[in-house]
Amino acid sequence: MDRRQILLAFGLGAGGALLPGFPGRNAIAAEQLLEPLAIAVKKRLADAGLGAAAKAGATYCDVRIGRYLNQFVVTREAVVQNIVNTESTGVGVRVIADGAWGFAATNQLSAEAVAQTARLAVEIARANAKNQTVPVRLAPVKGVGEVRWATPIRKNAMATPIQEKVDLLLGVNAAAMQAGANFVSSQLFLVNEQKYFASSDGSYIDQDVHRIWAPFTVTVIDKATGKFRSREGLSAPMGLGYEYLDGAAKDKTTSPNGVISYGSSYDMREDAVAAANQAREKLKAKSIQPGRYDLVLDPNHLGLTIHESVGHPLELDRVLGYEANFAGTSFATLDKREARFQYGSEIVNLFADKVQPGSLGAVGYDDEGVKTKSWPLIEKGKLVDYEATRDQVHILGKTESDGCSYGDSWSSVQFQRMPNVSLKPGEKELSLAGMIAGVENGIYILGRGSFSIDQQRYNAQFGGTLFYEIKNGKITQPLEDVAYQMRTPEFWNSCSAICDARDYRLFGSFFDGKGQPSQISAVSHGSSTSRFDGINVINTARSLG
Amino acid sequence: MSTMTEAEAKAILDKVIALSKADECTATLTGSVDGNIRFARNDVSTSGVVSDTSLAVQVAFGTRVGTTTINAFTDDALQRVVRRAEELAKLAPESSEFVPAVEKQSYRPSPTWREATAAITPGQRADVARASIEPCAKQNLVAAGFLNDSNSFVALANSNNVFGYQRSTEMDYTCTVRTADSQGSGWVGRNLNDFSAFKPEEEIEIAMRKAKASAEARALEPGKYTVVLEPAAAAGLISFMFNFFDARRADEGRSFLSKAGGGNKIGEQVFDPRVSFITDPWHPELPALPWDGSGLARERMAYVENGKVLNLDYSRYWAKKQNKKAMGSPGNVIMAGGTKSTADLVREVERGILVTRTWYIRLVDPQTVLLTGLTRDGTFYIENGQIRYPLKNFRFNESPVIMLNNIDELGRPVRVGDGGGLLIPPMRLRDFTFTSLSDAI
Repeated sequence: MDRRQILLAFGLGAGGALLPGFPGRNAIAAEQLLEPLAIAVKKRLADAGLGAAAKAGATYCDVRIGRYLNQFVVTREAVVQNIVNTESTGVGVRVIADGAWGFAATNQLSAEAVAQTARLAVEIARANAKNQTVPVRLAPVKGVGEVRWATPIRKNAMATPIQEKVDLLLGVNAAAMQAGANFVSSQLFLVNEQKYFASSDGSYIDQDVHRIWAPFTVTVIDKATGKFRSREGLSAPMGLGYEYLDGAAKDKTTSPNGVISYGSSYDMREDAVAAANQAREKLKAKSIQPGRYDLVLDPNHLGLTIHESVGHPLELDRVLGYEANFAGTSFATLDKREARFQYGSEIVNLFADKVQPGSLGAVGYDDEGVKTKSWPLIEKGKLVDYEATRDQVHILGKTESDGCSYGDSWSSVQFQRMPNVSLKPGEKELSLAGMIAGVENGIYILGRGSFSIDQQRYNAQFGGTLFYEIKNGKITQPLEDVAYQMRTPEFWNSCSAICDARDYRLFGSFFDGKGQPSQISAVSHGSSTSRFDGINVINTARSLG
Repeated sequence: MSTMTEAEAKAILDKVIALSKADECTATLTGSVDGNIRFARNDVSTSGVVSDTSLAVQVAFGTRVGTTTINAFTDDALQRVVRRAEELAKLAPESSEFVPAVEKQSYRPSPTWREATAAITPGQRADVARASIEPCAKQNLVAAGFLNDSNSFVALANSNNVFGYQRSTEMDYTCTVRTADSQGSGWVGRNLNDFSAFKPEEEIEIAMRKAKASAEARALEPGKYTVVLEPAAAAGLISFMFNFFDARRADEGRSFLSKAGGGNKIGEQVFDPRVSFITDPWHPELPALPWDGSGLARERMAYVENGKVLNLDYSRYWAKKQNKKAMGSPGNVIMAGGTKSTADLVREVERGILVTRTWYIRLVDPQTVLLTGLTRDGTFYIENGQIRYPLKNFRFNESPVIMLNNIDELGRPVRVGDGGGLLIPPMRLRDFTFTSLSDAI
């Protein structure tokens, strides 16, 4: 399921369905969101699965007991369109038997049901083994015993009263309308994954993971001409609690032309008012003259470019061809790593991690019990590594998994997913104002827009939310109809400056789709504002006659 | 309990409606057995069967609405799900856009269910994978594909004595075939209700032929070209356009179907006169459920006739507000065409480009429905009616609204897409806009 389908499912598109098609479709009362399963119960169920798998002849087994909770509040103007609480609880058992993977899952929380599921997984593994030419090879993981990890939140969003959330969104909508919006829609997406992982390596890992997203769209209309423009919010989905919506002043960045960007705290109301004003500006903004420009890209825009042109092509399963029929393959083939391919300019250092505080990818352990870490992908512009799981890293000559395994539900088999992938801040002192002062003929782009990239991740086209002309070191006026086209290696090799760590912020992707049947995941991409020279910009305005 | 008979479903729904103390109650039971097999690198990678049944209950006190679901069906569970929906409804604010549950409806059954698809076995799925992989392996080609089959039912009831029950089946097959040196790539897809009509050994030949023929592609300067879009290539663009057929969006001034100065373009000539779109739940090739998610009966309806917009999609709330008749939201879209195949359309091209498939399509400008995306898995140069050589893939920036004003000829419509609900012809179009080249194969 892709982002568009999910948004449609939430009543933001065509109506009709009673409930969204999100993993975990059992809607529950709000207070039940606060009652986790007891650890002792989970350990007993896990041991039943591990024991049954071993007895049936499995050489490896992991048991994931998951309780996946979601809450969604959906509004437009003065109307609450939907409030949904969902829960999905169950057990997934993955085994290796006769050298092949097998997986089965059940929503019955009894020791016998879990044992039976483990036996079924072994049976499936044995059937798969008949057609398998090379046995699965797992990188070793040392058991960690009984451990716990939790997203370090200050306010549990699930415990915040619904009324407070409704008041927030309707207040945001009213502020936008008062500031001149014709239409506004706003939503809260709150996620809590209570995940218990146990494996035959001797690990019993209990994790409590929280995520939050507060998007909105403001639309303005010029009735006389029939022209309309929208401005999305400049927030990022985050691995934080409800404190993200506190709007702390210290987490704001203001550009030389007064556009406010947000770090680990968001003032949704302030952003909605700015959105209404900026959407009006967009109606009258100058249409871009196509050509080559130096682009200054804000972190809340550049994150999506990183996601598409670095995060995806370095997924090892894509590189190997396992995603060829759906998401595609990758231009970043294994021989390019051997040759230390020049992916970007000397100042480009991109790293993967599952540990950055506040990020969507942050967990203590991945979904196959590997302790999470940070590792380089591109160093001084050269390709040095990929994103891999336990059964893949040996292909890279590595003996330790990167910790990139994730399953979006207890009923989905875990597989390789993108970790956070981020651009290291520039080492030399450079502020946003300093960067803009050095640009003669450029465009400053903020926020996510239309994005599209080919199946090997070479040719991409990106729009944005806000565009401003830069002339001789000064931001002069807003622009419209802007999209840039790029070829991945040329784009990253044109990177000529990166702001320092003071400007570093996280972008997030909440519904990243991959696999068949499709699974979703959430990842963050950190960066500081960066400059890319001589990029091809097209004009996207058309006339329907 | 993933599929239920009509009697079993009705018994549960009757209990739910009787349990509700709210002003009104709507209950929907859905159940499915979904089977799949996935293969890559000429090997099966995953295979599974997922069974699921779910009951959704929506209740209202005045204009306050609550919705919950559950997947247990004991008396206790039914009691619990109804009480929880009622609790949520009491917590919800009043809604100024509330619409009462639908009144008694009459549903004419549509032919959505086929025995052969419901009866697919794991062995048959493995046979499809084998029929795809073996010929590829013999010719030094690499197959990656996915077969998904579904046997499902939907039952719906409400406190106004509405009741409906219908079963559906569907299968969707896609396969990408690449040359061993990754220099060529071909694709085939087939979407059917009836598995017995599916011939994987014939389908795979198409993808293999395209993979072999697409190696050593040449670069052609981007620009405006005559194109032949296969149905799968056209579908991605056309389906995007239907997001803008929502009447409220058009009336609010944020659609290409909005009129400058206010109102919508119903009655106006927006497309080439050969363009006609209808929705029809009883279409023999693409049947859909005879009711929508709210329980409103669907009807056969023309959206566009001879290029003129006749109808838009009115939600029940918007229909009431605009004093229009509410129609069931569409379950399919059927585009009219001619009798020619893609190959016939190619034969009449002097100079042009054949596009197998389009990929990663995104909206660039909602004002004009300008879309960007790429060609993939088989793009060929046509000269004097013959396919001459493979082309490197292109990025396009094109609006389906403009496309459907630049028609040379439409071919015979075919069913496309995984759950896309589209019957669409191959089309030969003038001045299709390619804006850059892609090195992706």
